[in-house]
Amino acid sequence: MPSLTESAMPAAVTEPIVVLHDVHKSFGQAEVLKGVSLAVPKGDVICIIGPSGSGKSTLLRCINGLVPINQGSIRVANFNVHELKTDQEKIALRKEVSMVFQQYNLFPHKTALENVMMAPIHVLKEGRDEVRARAVALLGKVGLAAKQDSYPGELSGGQQQRVAIARSLAMRPEVMLFDEVTAALDPETVKEVLNTIRELAQEGMTCILVTHEMRFAREIADEVYFTDGGVIVESGPPDRLFDHPVKERTQAFLSQIL
Amino acid sequence: MSRSSWTTPLPPATDLPVLLPPAARLAHSAAAERAAGTFSLRLQPVHGVMALVLFLVGCAVAEAQAKAGDPSVLATIWKWMPLLLRGFLFNLAISAIAMALGTVAGMLLGFAQISLLPPVRKGAWLATHFFRNAPWLVLLFYCMFLLPFQVTVFGVTIPIPDWIKATFGLSLPVMANVSEIVRGAVQSIPTTQWESAASLAFTRRQTVWMIILPQCIKRMLPPWMNLYAILTMATVLASIVGVNEMMTLTRQALSAENRPGLLLAFYSHVLFWFFLYCYPIARWTVRLEAKYAVPH
Amino acid sequence: MESFWDWFRWLHEATGINLTIFYDPFDRGRFVSGFLTTVKLSAVCIVLSVLIGVVGAWLQGSRLRITRHVIYWYIQFFRNTPPLVQLYFFYFGIGSLLKGADVSGIPVPLISNVAWAIVSLSFFAGAFNVEIFRSGVEAVPTTTIEAAESLGFSRLRTYLFIVLPLAFRICLPALNNNLVNLVKTTTLAYAIAVPEMLYVSSQIWSDELNVPVMMNVLLVCYIALVGALVWVMHRWERAIRVPGFGA
Repeated sequence: MPSLTESAMPAAVTEPIVVLHDVHKSFGQAEVLKGVSLAVPKGDVICIIGPSGSGKSTLLRCINGLVPINQGSIRVANFNVHELKTDQEKIALRKEVSMVFQQYNLFPHKTALENVMMAPIHVLKEGRDEVRARAVALLGKVGLAAKQDSYPGELSGGQQQRVAIARSLAMRPEVMLFDEVTAALDPETVKEVLNTIRELAQEGMTCILVTHEMRFAREIADEVYFTDGGVIVESGPPDRLFDHPVKERTQAFLSQIL
Repeated sequence: MSRSSWTTPLPPATDLPVLLPPAARLAHSAAAERAAGTFSLRLQPVHGVMALVLFLVGCAVAEAQAKAGDPSVLATIWKWMPLLLRGFLFNLAISAIAMALGTVAGMLLGFAQISLLPPVRKGAWLATHFFRNAPWLVLLFYCMFLLPFQVTVFGVTIPIPDWIKATFGLSLPVMANVSEIVRGAVQSIPTTQWESAASLAFTRRQTVWMIILPQCIKRMLPPWMNLYAILTMATVLASIVGVNEMMTLTRQALSAENRPGLLLAFYSHVLFWFFLYCYPIARWTVRLEAKYAVPH
Repeated sequence: MESFWDWFRWLHEATGINLTIFYDPFDRGRFVSGFLTTVKLSAVCIVLSVLIGVVGAWLQGSRLRITRHVIYWYIQFFRNTPPLVQLYFFYFGIGSLLKGADVSGIPVPLISNVAWAIVSLSFFAGAFNVEIFRSGVEAVPTTTIEAAESLGFSRLRTYLFIVLPLAFRICLPALNNNLVNLVKTTTLAYAIAVPEMLYVSSQIWSDELNVPVMMNVLLVCYIALVGALVWVMHRWERAIRVPGFGA
């Protein structure tokens, strides 16, 4: 029986766009995901929190097909991710779901603008001028219009991450995945990245964030999942989870963090 | 894709690295090699073991090829060893003298490269790169052929034997590389040091002698010692121009013995002695590098 | 053209500076062929050493321990011994074992001295290249590759557009050091009578007895050759450098 979230999903208003059912993943002998199930309605913002090694990053990588799963099913938009074999199918999936990583996102030998333009030109095979216009607009949207000809090595950490977000948006995805995107940044620059993500969420993008920023999670999440040891221990709306956690492990973790 | 101009300086690096640490390490070692003029010798005990193993394999091969009545390989090596070791000492003498000459000249040239007078600076730069770009063997030939075989000073005729000419020839690339090492070390001292000295009313000469130079010595020591190890290995080049050092004597011994199988044993014997000498230098260099590591 | 060469004949008669390589067609031909041999030797060795470096770096990641150890010992030997000794090992050591016979039954070495010089120098430079290429590929972060795949790049395109360009930019400075060192090391081929520039010049000056002049010409030629290479390499590095790294 898939353990869906306790909180009532708005009944039949939004069809879940990401559905995981009993996902297992092992790296060699070590089992990292031990039966994870969740459903993400379209337009929602989901935050996944938990101690290191609980499988959060692996979970995200399974969702966009970077890491194949051993057991279970993953459905994103109209794709059965666990059944995708060919490069073509994977490329089609990657048009629907984009991912931003913690560091080393950008291609250091290309300017910010070229970074944003590369995938639409080479993968989506769109026209150069059209892509350029859209890329300039996206960089403007994240507040980096002036830096379009700078190389990643000339940008601060926060600027790099914002360019990475713009680059992901260039693919026009339905779902955006964020893997601890602010963990490697200076505290001052964390804010500018979080603002960008907040704007995205407010515009209705479906976002799944793995994050340590509890205040931010509380503010923008529709649902928070707490993972530990490869399973989802508890989930619920942020107010309930943070203020009145039910499970002991959740309480222990939150008392350490907050 | 390419930068606007290849002469524009790079802006300061970002706070979020764009490449992994191995990239930075490779860039750093490439820059260090370029400044020192040679690659860095990373000898380890296992290399000595390797030379020994090679020697033993060579002996075994030679024994296998030996005809009846031939003395054993080890006996042959033992017979020749005194002569070869005298040759080895000769190699060491050449390397020591060449290093001494080259270091003195190189330091002068290096300081000339940071002189405030443009003609001196440019001339020193030209001389440094002139000798850096020349192959060591060509410089050796140059000195062998063009230095006089005797020189008369104050009515006394001093003969200049071949090995002195070879030593001089080897000291030229050493001079050029030391000059670059000195220049690199001086330029790595933060400008604030010069500024503080100036604000305390030190003259330029006082600043260089009392403040900059002492700090440079530590930075220069590892690449300088590495250069010495490389130079010692390079003294075998003198065998090509006819100096009677270990390599020449080994080859003469081989042709005297006229047993083809002995080659591996004799050459690995040469390698073994060079390893024995260069290994402590290489380890000391690594220790000094770690001790005086300049934070980047 | 003749009048240009004749000026050097006049120079010899007037000042004693005997530049036979200019006015004497035979010497001119010899010197030019020596120069071209040096250039060819350098070029072939550069290409082969890069290939050896690529293959070696690939084999170093092999799952078989024996392969990894063989590559390790190869690097250590060629890196820590004088290249002259390596050359002698190949030419006199292995070369004397490989003797074929020509038509009249006289034993003749199977592999020429030029070939041995190429083999020895390529392995010498290749040993350094293996380390350089390994570092270059290792330095491309896996996350950058994952980011490219997340954007929809296929494995091949990721390799072509992201990994190779980055690894190349990372390797280039170290590779250039190696290249310049290789060109300078080709002079060692003199020891096994390869007709490169130094050897040919020694033949010319023993024939024409114009040692000082030829020496100077030789020195200037080598410095010009190496200097030109260094300058080109420096420009190339600056043109394709990755900003924010190794500044």
